[in-house]
Amino acid sequence: MSDMKQPEQSRRDFLSLGAKAAAGLTLAPGVVLYTVAQAKPDDQAVSNINRWGMLIDTTKCANGCDACVTACEKENGWGNSGSEKHSSVSQKPQWIRKVELRHKETGEQHSLPMMCQHCETPPCVDVCPTGASMKRADGIVLVDRHICIGCRYCMMACPYKARSFQHEALTDQSPNAPRGKGCVESCTLCVHKVDAGDGTTACAQACAAEGHNAIIFGDLKDPNSEISKVVAKYATKQIRADLGLNPGVRYQGI
Amino acid sequence: MKKTLYTQVEGGKGFYLLLAALGAILLAGLGAVYHMEHNGHWVTGMNNQIVWGMPHVFAIFLIVAASGALNVASIGSVFGKKMYKPLAPLSGLLSIALLLGGLTVLVLDLGRPDRLIVAMTHYNFKSIFAWNIILYNGFLALVIVYLWTMMEKRMNRYKEAAGFAAFIWRLILTTGTGSIFGWLVARQAYDAALMAPMFIVMSFSFGLAFFILVLMASYKMTCRPLGDVILARLKNLLGVFIGGVLYFVMVYHLTNLYATEHHGVEAFILRDGGIFTTLFWFVQIILGSLLPLALLYHPATGKNRTAIAIASLLVIIGGIAQVYVILIGGQAYPLINFPGFEVSSSFADGAINSYSPTAAEITLGIMGIAVALALVAVAVKVLRFLPESLADEAVDPHHKA
Repeated sequence: MSDMKQPEQSRRDFLSLGAKAAAGLTLAPGVVLYTVAQAKPDDQAVSNINRWGMLIDTTKCANGCDACVTACEKENGWGNSGSEKHSSVSQKPQWIRKVELRHKETGEQHSLPMMCQHCETPPCVDVCPTGASMKRADGIVLVDRHICIGCRYCMMACPYKARSFQHEALTDQSPNAPRGKGCVESCTLCVHKVDAGDGTTACAQACAAEGHNAIIFGDLKDPNSEISKVVAKYATKQIRADLGLNPGVRYQGI
Repeated sequence: MKKTLYTQVEGGKGFYLLLAALGAILLAGLGAVYHMEHNGHWVTGMNNQIVWGMPHVFAIFLIVAASGALNVASIGSVFGKKMYKPLAPLSGLLSIALLLGGLTVLVLDLGRPDRLIVAMTHYNFKSIFAWNIILYNGFLALVIVYLWTMMEKRMNRYKEAAGFAAFIWRLILTTGTGSIFGWLVARQAYDAALMAPMFIVMSFSFGLAFFILVLMASYKMTCRPLGDVILARLKNLLGVFIGGVLYFVMVYHLTNLYATEHHGVEAFILRDGGIFTTLFWFVQIILGSLLPLALLYHPATGKNRTAIAIASLLVIIGGIAQVYVILIGGQAYPLINFPGFEVSSSFADGAINSYSPTAAEITLGIMGIAVALALVAVAVKVLRFLPESLADEAVDPHHKA
């Protein structure tokens, strides 16, 4: 076996060398591109050194703006970027949606995006009979589309209605998201971008591009990350905190 | 008491007509499955808000009824009531048949029924669903062994032990079925420990109603004597079980009504829920509980066989309505993520969800009942499940005509 591994190993070493070179790529004296350094080699398992999460500042989230939704659709190939032809509006998946709030007593209004909250103890993972619903060591909650049997119990269990069932056969799926008929899907926290070391998600990028900067993506375990600094300083909220699920997505301003 | 003589039923014209009718329903059901699985679930009324629909109503009803159908045997073997002993083989058979009927529906509604083997090879032991897969299979195996100990002379000495094991297993099984809802922390209508015992009492009632109907029908169709004594016992017991279900339903709603947090969902089910309110009060409570109680206990109707049969049928209809209200009503009421706020979104946040089952879903559900009845019909034809006589003097040695 070890003999067989050798060519593969040398290939990896070569790639890793390339990555290291890229990690320290000097664009100009004093300007070094570091982002690629976060990229995790594909043969290395994710670890609990990171806990990826998002902070959504509802005071910055604009009513009527759905740039995050559109960006997610495009990135992961659902909604307007999907190939559903038959599903009704209530059958079409929505990985992220804008929710409008108005307080019944005070009339205070908020607009915010809702998506999978990437709980530390996700009810969807608890109830899944086959283990298809799973949480990575770095806190990202995913569906293993190879062993999802389409029972939808996770959809019954999710307090945030974050999951959707795929009601029809699809074509031309995005390589970023292997979606298919009869399985359940939801926000992946742009796991493909996280693993590539992009350090952001499509929704956060789109929100920033619109100039709102309402979504901060980052590592909640890294005390120097922007998200950690903000949650350490300001009051933030987890939706349905009473359930004690410790979601990785937090909200500010509600 | 004379030794009970069990025989196969004769296969007359009526028998084959019954099989043909059930076969036609099975074919229609398979057609519905092909339609749903080939196209995908977009052809159903289910969606991302009402994720479990009509197939699940029938499946859960049948699975609950299955464990209850075994009670008649348990009363004989575990609680030593001699009169129930001749009924034990049919009781065991019906419980297996109902469970297989329910599971057929459940499995054929999966998004990926082709991956059933995955459900048998990948287990997440924290999932009550995964436990239920083990509980269902274990139940089938135990009841088959129980039937073997009853029907094979050499094994007779083990039948009490097998009956006891099956009885304990069935209690655990229905606890598991109730906990599918009881352990859902997120939804307003669920998340209640009461669900497990409530489902057990529901199983007593639905299972016995099914048993009484199958018993009456099979004895009528085969022209075998069925005495009043045994029917009176069964119908009185059914009345007690109906009362038990009513008690649990009342405690569930009173508890919710006391907690302000749950006033919304209670107002929805009990007052403002449209179809769910109608199904709850009119079908589940009045038609499915109070009317059968009156029919079973009123001196004018209590001894009338037609009335007993109607009462049993009403319990089944009321039971399906009850599961519908729990299952669909519980999903129709929105999740409360932002208490105090009016909520709206493109994904039906804060909105009451509507569900219109399609013919395919209803056909698939009814197919589950047909599967159960067809299994019973074939089994009583090929094996000796039914006593030759359940006349009063045959079941009760002290009976005086």
